[in-house]
Amino acid sequence: MIDLVAFIPRAIQQGIPLMYGSCGETITEKSGNLNLGIPGVMYVGGISGVIGSFFYEQSCAGKGMNGALAIMIPLACSLLGSLLMGLLYSFLTVSLRANQNVTGLAMTTFGIGFGNFFGGSLIKISGADVPSIALSATSGYFSRSLPFAGSLGWFGKIFLSYGFLAYTAVVISLLTAYVFKHTRMGLHLRSVGESPATADAAGINVTKYKYVATCIGCMIAGLGGLYYVMDYACGVWSNDAFGDRGWLAIALVIFTIWKPDIGILSSVLFGGLYILYLYLPTGMDHMELKELYKMLPYIVTLIVLIITSMRNKREDQPPQSLGTNYFREER
Amino acid sequence: MSEAAVSFRRVTKTFGSVIANSNINLDIKKGEILSLLGENGSGKTTLMNMLAGIYYPDSGQIYINDEPVIIKSPKDAFDLGIGMVHQHFKLIDVLTTAENIVLGLEGRLNLKDTEKKIKEICDKYGFEVDPQKKIYDLSVSEKQTVEIVKVLYRGAEILILDEPTAVLTPQETEKLFKVMRNMKADGKSIIIITHKLHEVKAISDRVAILRKGEFIGDMITSESNEEQMTQMMVARHLFLNIDRKKPVNVKPRIEVKGLTVKDPAGIYKLKDVSFTANSGEVLGIAGISGCGQKELLESIAGLQKVESGSVLYKPDDKEPVDLIGKDPRQIHEMGISLSFVPEDRLGMGLVGNMDLADNMMLRSFRSGKSKLFTDRKTPRELAKTVVRDLEVITPSIETPVRRLSGGNVQKVLLGREISSHPKVLMTAYAVRGLDINSSYTIYDLINKQKEGGTAVIYVGEDLDVLLELADRILVLCDGEVSGIVDAETTDKNTLGLLMTKKGGAA
Repeated sequence: MIDLVAFIPRAIQQGIPLMYGSCGETITEKSGNLNLGIPGVMYVGGISGVIGSFFYEQSCAGKGMNGALAIMIPLACSLLGSLLMGLLYSFLTVSLRANQNVTGLAMTTFGIGFGNFFGGSLIKISGADVPSIALSATSGYFSRSLPFAGSLGWFGKIFLSYGFLAYTAVVISLLTAYVFKHTRMGLHLRSVGESPATADAAGINVTKYKYVATCIGCMIAGLGGLYYVMDYACGVWSNDAFGDRGWLAIALVIFTIWKPDIGILSSVLFGGLYILYLYLPTGMDHMELKELYKMLPYIVTLIVLIITSMRNKREDQPPQSLGTNYFREER
Repeated sequence: MSEAAVSFRRVTKTFGSVIANSNINLDIKKGEILSLLGENGSGKTTLMNMLAGIYYPDSGQIYINDEPVIIKSPKDAFDLGIGMVHQHFKLIDVLTTAENIVLGLEGRLNLKDTEKKIKEICDKYGFEVDPQKKIYDLSVSEKQTVEIVKVLYRGAEILILDEPTAVLTPQETEKLFKVMRNMKADGKSIIIITHKLHEVKAISDRVAILRKGEFIGDMITSESNEEQMTQMMVARHLFLNIDRKKPVNVKPRIEVKGLTVKDPAGIYKLKDVSFTANSGEVLGIAGISGCGQKELLESIAGLQKVESGSVLYKPDDKEPVDLIGKDPRQIHEMGISLSFVPEDRLGMGLVGNMDLADNMMLRSFRSGKSKLFTDRKTPRELAKTVVRDLEVITPSIETPVRRLSGGNVQKVLLGREISSHPKVLMTAYAVRGLDINSSYTIYDLINKQKEGGTAVIYVGEDLDVLLELADRILVLCDGEVSGIVDAETTDKNTLGLLMTKKGGAA
């Protein structure tokens, strides 16, 4: 049997980057922008944080680090990096009306290249003999859990053993769900994604909503990258380690039928499925089974896609204008 | 009562090289219903879109209550008390009625208060609206009501209705007119864009006429007649009578027997429909929209899954064949030339992003130069012929079809379909949204086809036209044939009765 007390925290830690990514992508998609650049954005969010903390750690070499600064600097760098990615995407698709799919894919390629370039440069600067940068001091601040978590047995282990970014992800997801459902801003955002022409005629500034939603979405997704490096990976950046989590986050958006509150549990589920292969006894003879288990999150997404399209409930469908750009005077 | 609520002064708007409005001077008075009349592409909607903030004029000035105003966005228009109900509803399907009504407003979202206010408006003017219903559950006329309530909710004093009756039944139209009169009595100014002259007469105080983007003139409705309006609209005299020749060489061409169609939800769309369409004859099909007209035509064209029944095609010299269970390609390959001009022109008939020539090719791409290469030359020639013969207004034959106006799109589609000299021609709402001039071109084309021996099936909504164009009229009511009548000896009342009464003929 799987050891649940060991497995669940691992699943949650796997799930947090996905939660950030899918929540950010959901906000973006609600505005009608299909941002396939999310893997790139998360990558940039991660490396930007790494760059910030790398130079801060360097500047404090030997001396004591300020805890607040150690958190704020990578956080601000990460947000700024992914904000720039969001602005770039919005500028290309909203202002210049470039094709969203092409732009998104290009941004993923760009983001990963950007990350690997600076990751490689930092490794060179630090002169490390392994191809990675270890920011264990900063990571210590990020992954610090509540002091009494350790004394609460399995409960503490499952619910309280995470760094603050994990809880922030849950709060952001809940907040986003509330904004979608109960505020005018959410209503307007949904209408922009459903039918920009209608929203425009109703006096909603479509361009503003698309820009803001995409940028906020990217910033949230970028935090997923930051969490991954600083907390999950214990501050160790190595190129390409982030893997296909960005794509998984996009798949998760479909899985959650565009509802960030469903996203909380589903990302943990996805996180669990993502690492399930490590916990299932396959033995050395059947390594191929491990590869099959790795497919689980994608298979589950396909099943959800089939079920929702069979039920054909209008509320469960993607925003109607998803993937198309809006131009008011087009006839 | 006589001061102007809205004044346009020398307003001009161009789209690229096309002048949509040039130098328009027009006043809309307080508390009046003004009809805006004009052919398709005469710039009515563009002019009103400028008032509603969708477009911004290139030059000229708009005045509201004699104050010069700048309307840059729909929001500015709302703030000035202007509300427009567009021809294509601007509603969001997955939201509720109440959510749609408050869309774009500011302040805290309080749907309870909203619902209360909606009810007040409904009671005041005589609407019926369920604020909690989702838009996708509403009928067309209910959606329109939501649009009007939305505009009133924002406190609009000036209402613009863009062809509101195009989608309504006569009864629903009457209801709408009643509400409009209530709003007028409340001091609101209403502008109604319409093609239907009898509606202009029925509802408006004054009528303003646009032609090719220019303001031609206005007149008091009660002091003018339909003849005058038409003349101002088209500038040349039109014969209002459709020239209908006696059918000659009549032979059964399509024989439909016991056709039954169910929709995916299991509801009968057609129930035991039987009739014969003859060559050299126009068979009109009348009925309230959604009574199975679409399913009937699509069953014959091979696009509809049929529950039971048969559609026999009877060639002159061969044995009849059943078309049921065959797709359009199979029907085509059997050598049956059947043309279908669907209701959804840009959705089913033409590809909006392709140019005229390529759209012509949609019919002929299989008969290319060789197995590998297509023949582009013949479609190009055909496109040129269609443009010339049917007077299609287009910058060139390389223009994407979606850029053409509704009438021209229809001409392109019909031109392509009749170019193959079909034995059977089916049209659904061929003149919907078209101005009088284009409509007559279409009627002419249909009559020519009939004289050439084609069996024409014409689904129409304007009963006057059906009575003048068709030889026989089949009336559908709720998917059942409620009667087949001779168009020459019947009248509108009989048709109206058949349309609303199941099995009215029996």
